[in-house]
Amino acid sequence: MMKIDFSGLDPSLPVKGNAEDLDDEILAAPSFKLPVTVDFDGFQKAAVQMVKPAKGTTTLAFIFKHGVMVAADSRASMGGYICKALLILNLYKINLYLAASQSVKKIIEINPYMLGTMAGGAADCQFWHRNLGIKCRLHELANKRRISVAGASKLLANILYSYRGMGLSVGTMIAGYDESGAGLYYVDSEGGRLKGTRFSVGSGSPYAYGVLDSGYSFDLSVEDAAELARRAIYHATFRDGASGGVASVYHVGPGGWKKLSGDDVGEMHYSYYPIEPTTVEQEMADVRIA
Amino acid sequence: MARYDRAITVFSPDGHLFQVEYALEAVRKGNAAVGVRGSDTIVLAVEKKSTPKLQDSRSVRKIVNLDNHIALACAGLKADARVLINRARIECQSYRLTIEDPVTVEYITRYIAGLQQKYTQSGGVRPFGLSTLIIGFDPHTGTPALYQTDPSGTFSSWKANATGRNSNSIREFLEKNYTETSGQETVKLAIRALLEVVESGGKNIEVAVMTKEQGLRQLEEAEIDAIVADIEAEKAAAEAAKKAPATKES
Repeated sequence: MMKIDFSGLDPSLPVKGNAEDLDDEILAAPSFKLPVTVDFDGFQKAAVQMVKPAKGTTTLAFIFKHGVMVAADSRASMGGYICKALLILNLYKINLYLAASQSVKKIIEINPYMLGTMAGGAADCQFWHRNLGIKCRLHELANKRRISVAGASKLLANILYSYRGMGLSVGTMIAGYDESGAGLYYVDSEGGRLKGTRFSVGSGSPYAYGVLDSGYSFDLSVEDAAELARRAIYHATFRDGASGGVASVYHVGPGGWKKLSGDDVGEMHYSYYPIEPTTVEQEMADVRIA
Repeated sequence: MARYDRAITVFSPDGHLFQVEYALEAVRKGNAAVGVRGSDTIVLAVEKKSTPKLQDSRSVRKIVNLDNHIALACAGLKADARVLINRARIECQSYRLTIEDPVTVEYITRYIAGLQQKYTQSGGVRPFGLSTLIIGFDPHTGTPALYQTDPSGTFSSWKANATGRNSNSIREFLEKNYTETSGQETVKLAIRALLEVVESGGKNIEVAVMTKEQGLRQLEEAEIDAIVADIEAEKAAAEAAKKAPATKES
C-alpha cells in the first residue's frame, strides 16, 4: 500500500533510530493509506470534479460593532451528478438541481462562542467542524483558557492543508468572539485561510455580496445587521437555484452565539414584495345563453 | 538492588525507579541555581564555577531564553540541557505558528516535564540528568511565574526555589527570608540566597532579571559586584546593630 510521505512537514527529524517511537507522538505528521488504482492522478481528478459542483449554497458572515453576524440558507443539492438521469425532463436547458433537502443546518455550533458555516461537501464540513470542536475543548482543558478564533481557524486550516488534493470539499467561515474581540476567518479545502470582515461562500455568494456590500456599515445595530444578513440570503436564494429553504441568522457577541431567526425564503419574498391587488378593469359576467 | 537499575523501565521491589534517582544524584552534583519570583520581576541566579583564563565565558551562558518572555536555568548535565532547550525552543515557535499566540509558562513547563517523563518510560534511553527552573510572564495576564521540573517529569509552581548543589540550605534560607518583593529587592534576595553556598563575587555568580517590559536581561559582572557589596554592607550593619544595644546595656 502506498503511503503519502509528509516528512517535509515535520519540524525536525528523529535524532536516532531508538528515539523514533518517542518522537512519534510529538512529530508524527498525518498520513493514511491510499486506494489501489491503476491511474492515481486520474482518480484524484475525477474525485475532485465529482465533488466540485456541490458547493450549492449561500453562506455569509460579517464583523460589525456588536460582534459577528452569520447567516446561511438551508438547501442541500447533489449537483449535476444525480441529475444526469433527469436530463429528459430538462426542457429549458437550465441546470436542474435535485433538492435533496430543504432543512440542512449549515451553521455548525463548534462551541458556545464559535460558529462554523458549511459550504461544499456536507459530510466533510460536519465532520471536520465536529473534530475542530473536540480540539478546541481539549485546548481549553489543557491550557485553562479558551482558544482564540485565530488559533481555531489555524488548526482547521492545517488539517485541511494536509489533506490537500485528496478530494475534500470545504469552504467554511469560522466566526467567534474571543479576548481580542470579534474574529472571522475564511478557511477552505485548498488550504487557504483568510482573515477578514466580510465573507460570503457558495454558489449564491455573488448575489449575497451585492446586497451585503451595498448595505454594510460597521455601526449597524444588531437588528439592522440581522435584517441585512437575512435580505442578502433571500436575494441569493431568489436568483441561485442551488440555494433556498430557510434563511438562518445567528449573532456572535461577547456572551457567545445566539440564533436570531430562521425564516422561509418563500414567505420572505411575499413580505418584501406583497401581491398588489390589481384594479379590476372589467368584470367578467355570466352570460346567459339564450 | 543492582539488578533493578539496568533497564530504566523496571521498578525495584520497593517501588523505586533507580535510574531516575541516580539522575537526581547527578542534579545534586550540578551547580546551584536559584529562582525568585517578585510581583513585577523574576530573577534567576546560577553559580558559575571558576572560568579557565583561556575560555570565552560568553559561550557558557547558563541562563537561556526559550522565547521573548520565557527563560530557563538548570542544574545537572549541561549537554542534556542543550537537547531539552532546543526541543523547548522549537515547541515555543510551533505553538506560536499553530495557535497564533505565545506559550504560557505553564504550557512550556508541562511540555518539558512531559519530555523528561517520556525518557523515564521508554526502552534503551536514560532520563535527562537535569532539573530546570523556568521563569516567565503570562502573555495574556502579565502575571509572573516560576516553575521547576525534575528528571522524573514532575513540575510545580514556586514563589522561590533552588536546585543543584546545596539546594536544601538555599531553600531553608529562602523559607526563612522570603517576602513579596519587587524590582531590585527581588534581585537582592536571589543573590543573598545564592551567596549562602557560593563564594561571594561577581565572577562566581551569573544573574539574569526578567521584567514584563524588557524581557530577559543578563547582569554585568560589575553590576553583580555592586549588589554583592551592597548586601555585604547590609549584613555588616545588621551585625553592628545587634552588637551595639548589647554594649550599651552592659
